[in-house]
Amino acid sequence: MDLANFLIQLLNSVQYGLLLFMLAAGLTLIFGIMGVVNLAHGSFYMLGAYLAWFLSSRSGSLTLAIVLGAVLAVAFGLLLERLLFRHFYHRDHLDQVLLTFGLIYIFEELRSILWGDDVHGVKIPELLAASFPLTDTLSYPVYRLFMSGVCIALAIGLYLLISKTRLGMKIRAGAFNRDMTEALGVNIKRIHAVVFALGVGLATVAGMIASPISSVYPNMGSQVLIMCFVVVVIGGIGSVRGALIAAMLVGLVDTFGKVLLPHVAGMLVYMLMAGVLLWKPEGLFKQ
Amino acid sequence: MTTRRLVLSRSAAIIGAASTGLLLPEIVRAQSGRVRVGLMLPYTGTFAQLGVAIENGVRMAIDEKGGKLGGREIEWFKVDDESEPSKGVENANRLVQRDKVDVLIGTVHSGVQMGIQRVVRESGVLNLIPNAGVHAATRALCAPNVFRTSFTNSQPTLALGQAMMAKGHKRAVWITWKYAAGDEAFEGFKESYTKAGGTILKELGLPFPNVEFQALLTEIASLKPDAVACFFAGAGAAKFIRDYAAAGLKNTIPLYGSGFLTEGVLDAAGPAADGIITTMHYSDSLDTPRNKQFRTAYATRYKLQPDVYAVQGYDTGLLLAHGAAAVKGDLNNKQALYKAMETAVIDSPRGKWTMSKAHNPVQDMYLRVVENKENKVLGVAAKALADSGAGCKMG
Repeated sequence: MDLANFLIQLLNSVQYGLLLFMLAAGLTLIFGIMGVVNLAHGSFYMLGAYLAWFLSSRSGSLTLAIVLGAVLAVAFGLLLERLLFRHFYHRDHLDQVLLTFGLIYIFEELRSILWGDDVHGVKIPELLAASFPLTDTLSYPVYRLFMSGVCIALAIGLYLLISKTRLGMKIRAGAFNRDMTEALGVNIKRIHAVVFALGVGLATVAGMIASPISSVYPNMGSQVLIMCFVVVVIGGIGSVRGALIAAMLVGLVDTFGKVLLPHVAGMLVYMLMAGVLLWKPEGLFKQ
Repeated sequence: MTTRRLVLSRSAAIIGAASTGLLLPEIVRAQSGRVRVGLMLPYTGTFAQLGVAIENGVRMAIDEKGGKLGGREIEWFKVDDESEPSKGVENANRLVQRDKVDVLIGTVHSGVQMGIQRVVRESGVLNLIPNAGVHAATRALCAPNVFRTSFTNSQPTLALGQAMMAKGHKRAVWITWKYAAGDEAFEGFKESYTKAGGTILKELGLPFPNVEFQALLTEIASLKPDAVACFFAGAGAAKFIRDYAAAGLKNTIPLYGSGFLTEGVLDAAGPAADGIITTMHYSDSLDTPRNKQFRTAYATRYKLQPDVYAVQGYDTGLLLAHGAAAVKGDLNNKQALYKAMETAVIDSPRGKWTMSKAHNPVQDMYLRVVENKENKVLGVAAKALADSGAGCKMG
């Protein structure tokens, strides 16, 4: 592999890693701060993709679809939290797994009833539709760079929210000691509702941003769910910083694995996970 | 109070059982003398639409032949196989043992087919495969009572190599998912392309159903082949087509593939798919009177455009009707039934085809190019193409 090629593959890795981060951030927040195992996380990703397709084909604008979709998703997250998840915070993890596993089936069926089982494409906005040449045969789509930019912005935003704001302080306090935080007069129920809606919002936005590249199809959530869990487990449950680094690692291993060791490419990411867990059983950055 | 409720609920249960026929199945069965046809197809999940299209095709073909099989009425049994290989044997047994079907039509997913294969080889029940292209079904695990009306996974790509060489593409890269169907498609491509004098520069693969193609597209760009050949299907195919175009490869390195690459995804893929050349046993736009008549009839009946899966289902119905007519509805006369089906000439919308010795279609492969969201037929890439049937010991 020559230098130019190596650099392009590096770009591919970072770009894939950033997308994984955006997907896993919401999961690790809900998992780490509220202690809820949310298997339906992938369904929110699918919901986002379908919303992007549906709203953009109606309105003709992906930007409008994403703004509208994000608002709808947060509202939907708040509603779900109020109706279902709120009753499961103190329950066993197994109960949560059963609830969210059931939700996967319900969301898939609703998707089938509402939008059918077809594969759909989402048009890239005119402004970002171009590609620029890297070598004489290979070009790079501008939209992929835009996606990476959005992911970086989200990462910075999350970091600022959690470590620099008053709300972030309450979130961290609630994750550290729920009872004590509550005793100090913080409305922990409201904090949880906000975090849950934020997590749902992140997954949905990830689905919407990725939809022009991934295309929109049934069961798309379950494919990304496993990768999300790998990232969350490697990074350390609940750590947003850990999720970022783990996502980068997974991106690197997956990309270079496919090129250099194609016959074991399917295993490499999981071997990375096993290796990290042997070394640090609680992940790289346990909170 | 408790006793009364118990009595009430028990009598309700008995009434319920009687009304669903649980108490008198033998009488009903003996009276009817119907042919019991089992459909084991995916009705939920990713392949749900394929299952529906196949069933539509089967029913339409049989209805066109008078709605009976060899003069006997039909009783239908349906099982949703969910495209779930781990339940393949169990689901096949539901039809074979519980419902005692005379013929089992199924299925789409190759992994599930392996379960059916086991059950029908043991029980001897007639099995018609309307889609699953797994080699073993008509090779090492072939059986006198198993007939396929679709294709083997390597059949479309067996026609691809010659077509690519004819365009002067002497060095090619192959790319697919690393799983059984992808490997079998590669077998067909490798055989036809190297035989025609082409060189395969590299065989690229990624785990199924991973759709992060960027690393491999970068690899293709650096190898600079004359052309790329591939096997992808469904949502992953749409994404591959779009990524291939977005990486700027579409204009410099032509893309070829097994026809499934461009089936059912052209709306999702958009203009990125224009110019892709594929080989397959059918095309929606096939310009023959037979195909047009079929398409009109199907669209009128179901208010839905047929696809290749509907055609395969339709041919399955034709084959079954032909066999049953030859034995006048006596499906237990197996020797005569199989003989009739082996020698049948199916007048299909895809063109006439016959059965190979291993019970797989000997059929024309069409060369197709994508233009304006349609697979336009360029011509016949290979006439009367047969699968080798290697390893099939029968008869």
